[in-house]
Amino acid sequence: MHDVRRIDVMENIHDENDRIAADINADMTKKNVFAVNVMGAPGAGKTSALKWLIREMKGLNSYVIEGDIESDIDTRALRALGVNAFQINTFGACHLDAPMIHDSARNLSFDEGGVLFIENIGNLVCPAEFNIGEHIKLLVCSVTEGCDKPYKYPLAFEKADIILLNKTDLLPLLDFDGDFFMKGLRALNKDAPVFRVSGKTGEGYEAAAAWIAAEAKKIRSPLDNF
Amino acid sequence: MHELPITEQIIKIAEKHGRKFRASRIESIRLIVGENSGFIGESIRMYFDIVAAGSMCEGARLEIEYVKPKLKCPSCGEFFYRKPLSFACPACGACGEPTEIGREFYIDSVTVSTDSADAARRNKDRRDI
Repeated sequence: MHDVRRIDVMENIHDENDRIAADINADMTKKNVFAVNVMGAPGAGKTSALKWLIREMKGLNSYVIEGDIESDIDTRALRALGVNAFQINTFGACHLDAPMIHDSARNLSFDEGGVLFIENIGNLVCPAEFNIGEHIKLLVCSVTEGCDKPYKYPLAFEKADIILLNKTDLLPLLDFDGDFFMKGLRALNKDAPVFRVSGKTGEGYEAAAAWIAAEAKKIRSPLDNF
Repeated sequence: MHELPITEQIIKIAEKHGRKFRASRIESIRLIVGENSGFIGESIRMYFDIVAAGSMCEGARLEIEYVKPKLKCPSCGEFFYRKPLSFACPACGACGEPTEIGREFYIDSVTVSTDSADAARRNKDRRDI
């Protein structure tokens, strides 16, 4: 004889990830580390964006956690520039999640605070669905991807706190409809600033870095006042 | 690949609730999946039997309810399904805004069974309280 019963659960499947993400966020805030989740499609220019942003991040230490399915090409390139970088390889998984960041953050020393850039897996879909303990989400998209991307991948554009529109040096060669792009983007996201940048020339990165640095100052730990 | 760790998480949550009720097995799990949640119910179903093998969820039925995403018109208040490459409200033409409708991704309920000895013990515990 069996006793069968229905139990109401109403539990979000992301709850555990979100709990770990909240712990990471609290820990980073305590250490005066401003965490930036860097999202974008493969080839959008995420790593080149980091190189320019870090160069322009005057007076603030930068740290990088690099997420890639395989290889440490980007980490080696960043380390060659003197950046404190750590590599995560997901070997097939299409996004980073909070437990991965929780484990890898132990490999970086954040003694002096600063900005931690977490470069997510190149993918315009899943990274936007998972919190990884960040303070802001930065989306790198490029004019070569086409102006219809906000309509096709709405979540990434909706969730972004700052958007870099990259490869603008190529605009004369393309039929990129900037109005259509901005119309779709603003339907999803009214507030995120959009910086037109070029990974080739570095144009636009100074202003983007200044915006991030100003946001980073807002999380200073209350303990700093003592 | 995307749904594999999520399927493991679903089984973990179902087992947690099953253990709370001293269930011997999970008969079914009712999942609510918004079409904008980023997860594909059929992919979860594909992994489910493999991941559930040997657990309290082995052989459990996965019931999936899908929710279609809706936008809300800031001008006239209409909730509507968007057309491809457009966010326009069908009622007034204004640009619709994203809502949480279609983002759902949660376990609504589980059905558990308890063998008679466990059930008797649980009923006794309840009487003792």
